[in-house]
Amino acid sequence: MIPLSKPKKGASGKTGMWRTEKPVLDKERCTNCLLCWVFCPESAIYRTEDKVEIDYEYCKGCGVCANECARGAIKMEEE
Amino acid sequence: MNAGGFNPNLKGLSQQEDLLLPGHRLCAGCSASIVVRQVLKAVRGPTIVVNATGCLEVATTIYPYTSWALPWIHSAFENVAATASGVVAAERAFERKKSEPKSDVIAFGGDGGTYDIGFQALSGALERYDDFLYVLYDNEAYMNTGIQRSGSTPKYAWTTTTPVGSVEAGKMEYKKPIDLIVAAHDIPYVATASPAYWRDLIVKARKGIEVDGPAFLHAISTCDRGWRHDTSDTIEIARLAVETCYFPLFEVENGEFKLTGRSRAIAKRPELKKPVSEFLKPQGRFSHILKNQSMLEEVQENVDRYWERIKKLCGE
Repeated sequence: MIPLSKPKKGASGKTGMWRTEKPVLDKERCTNCLLCWVFCPESAIYRTEDKVEIDYEYCKGCGVCANECARGAIKMEEE
Repeated sequence: MNAGGFNPNLKGLSQQEDLLLPGHRLCAGCSASIVVRQVLKAVRGPTIVVNATGCLEVATTIYPYTSWALPWIHSAFENVAATASGVVAAERAFERKKSEPKSDVIAFGGDGGTYDIGFQALSGALERYDDFLYVLYDNEAYMNTGIQRSGSTPKYAWTTTTPVGSVEAGKMEYKKPIDLIVAAHDIPYVATASPAYWRDLIVKARKGIEVDGPAFLHAISTCDRGWRHDTSDTIEIARLAVETCYFPLFEVENGEFKLTGRSRAIAKRPELKKPVSEFLKPQGRFSHILKNQSMLEEVQENVDRYWERIKKLCGE
């Protein structure tokens, strides 16, 4: 048997457990510019029809999205 | 700047499946995965990834799972380019014998696996003119093993093997100009990029994939553990690296040097250039420089000298 690894989300578990602060998106302010999406180190921001969603199962809470959001639509809140 | 009509926009790119899946073990705020995500947005079809040993490799492939939703191979620290050469050769044979279309090959290596340990394999693959894109994610030290200095660590940076004390103030040697060394191999495409300028990076990655022969993409990749900065500052620092001309954005197409994006704008309007202290300030590894005026001046002079050299090469 060749030891092949299988691709899966959470190859290292539910990394959302690492988080101490969580990004909270204000959908009213969000213009869906997708900068948070392109700068997310975790691929934890994904697109829905007209807005983005944050995948809290894997988001490690680094805060890059909140820092880069030009509209200030993402705030970091303590868990 | 375009790669055969490839004109990426975030709306289109975000509709594609992510090829690096969430839930890997890279640190919060790690820039390596941002670079990888952006590069993988540039793929044009079946692609095989070859990975050197390093943070990226150990953190994304915890057996029996992997975060890579595409074929991926790792062999050792020193031979990512040689492994890529082998994959390219196998692809050529498949194409010849079974007329199967070739997959593109992308190699990822950190600065340790590129500047130091993997350098002869890289140089050999470039000389053999093997058709693959080599992506260097440069976090300027051996971060995976605990922040030891590498050939890429800049002068005066603190690492665990270049401590700051009364005898020495961080690393005492200069950062190797790897882009110029690689460009000296006369390969068809060499470029630098910063994940803060995502479009510039993605277009360059696509150009590197499309050219016949080897291509080299050098992306600055901040490391919050090793650079001692806040996890949320990752992109901000990657942007300041370009805005201060510490890390100019340029490309070399068939020997022709050209500044791109923000760096080209700074060459045209020098008042946009920020002092290097703005790049140093958020990083703990440089905190001793900011307390020492003569050291800070020397760092600024070195940045200016390198920027002038790149501008001259680019005919600006």
